[in-house]
Amino acid sequence: MLKRALAIITLLIIGYWLAQGLTGVPFGQDRMLVGQYYLNNVIKQTGSVNAVTAIVVNYRGFDTLGEVTVLFIASTGVGALLWRRKKKRTARTEGSVVLTTGARLLVPFILLFGVYIFIHGHLTPGGGFPGGATIATAFLLLYMAFTQYEIPHGAFEKTEGVAGMSYVLVGLIGLALGGYFLYDWIWQQWHWGINDVGRLFSGGFIPIIYTLIAIKVGTELSGIIDNMLKEEVRE
Amino acid sequence: MISVYYFGAISLVLIGLYAVLVKKNVLKILIGLSIMESGVNLLLVSVGYIAGRSAPILSEGVGPNNAVDPIPQALVLTAIVIGVATTALALSAAIILYEKYGTLNIEEIRRLRG
Amino acid sequence: MNCISCISYIIVGLMIISAILAVEWKDLLAAAVGMAAVSLFASFLFFMLQAPDVAMTEAAIGAALSGAVFIFAIKRTQRYETEDEEKPGWWVRW
Repeated sequence: MLKRALAIITLLIIGYWLAQGLTGVPFGQDRMLVGQYYLNNVIKQTGSVNAVTAIVVNYRGFDTLGEVTVLFIASTGVGALLWRRKKKRTARTEGSVVLTTGARLLVPFILLFGVYIFIHGHLTPGGGFPGGATIATAFLLLYMAFTQYEIPHGAFEKTEGVAGMSYVLVGLIGLALGGYFLYDWIWQQWHWGINDVGRLFSGGFIPIIYTLIAIKVGTELSGIIDNMLKEEVRE
Repeated sequence: MISVYYFGAISLVLIGLYAVLVKKNVLKILIGLSIMESGVNLLLVSVGYIAGRSAPILSEGVGPNNAVDPIPQALVLTAIVIGVATTALALSAAIILYEKYGTLNIEEIRRLRG
Repeated sequence: MNCISCISYIIVGLMIISAILAVEWKDLLAAAVGMAAVSLFASFLFFMLQAPDVAMTEAAIGAALSGAVFIFAIKRTQRYETEDEEKPGWWVRW
């Protein structure tokens, strides 16, 4: 009980400090410095309408490459920690009729919705990260509904590797053409889609990179689900 | 008097920190960490909010002077995805702990280790 | 006080209540569901803070995938948080 009381007192002190600090940051006021520059120049420099997407993929693309690497390392770590010589799914109860029928009906539409989200990342809210997560949810639904279902492991691992390498490759093409890594060669040198701002075929390399990110995120999160569901079996 | 969004974010951080400090179950501690992560994300996004402006998607009627700060949103967008992957990594470590020691209580694990 | 800020007060209140329940419930399965509820209310708040990208990501990941990953881990370990009585002299062992 004493420990609990001490913890609560400490937390109240920390909370008071945080609240005191945040009174110096008034809510809802304009404090933009770099953000205003991005908002003013985003259409001219990147061709993307969604400023968040432009920052994630174009202005801070190198940072995003690092974060995709962190995701890859975490997914590999889950696979390594839960590695067993022989493992398979141990679920016994088959999903109910509602679940299996609903899964059969819904999975194509969920996949389609995920593809829609990541292809329109430069126009509407969304992009590669939520799109990939939506695709992973479709596989989660399949795992829940069917006891024997497994993702095609070999194809998924190869797809993931190819997507990661293509991201670096797109950046290296930019290095060769424009002089720095992840230079937006499609928009700034070839001027593709310069009259189509706000339509699907614009935005330079943003749709390409976001598609690669979505494939990578979707396959990695599906792999995490697969690794956590399977258990070791002994004969 | 701070805003209600700040209040919610600080409360989430404190509740998560309470779970980390007091609870002894490993999974409970990880739940506390996830709640803390939600609080930090909420704090970042609410710092970037500007009253009376709309989402940073430029279109007719939403000009550069009429949108909220996009940078905290870009940071939080990637942080959420990284968060679930690292949580899954920590959970696999917890599964290994349970298979090795047969318990999730950190005090018992500390006692059994020696 | 207009209607929008009423809704934000209600959602922040529900979010804090579900966070406290997620920490306090002894049944870890219920606690995982409470954590998913925290993420869901947080995604409402992100939408009201004019961040639709973040709201979509949080709804897809926090409310679905994160809870599912926790439930898989609970399935492979144990469901209930074991209640141990407060022994006197816990500070001696530190």
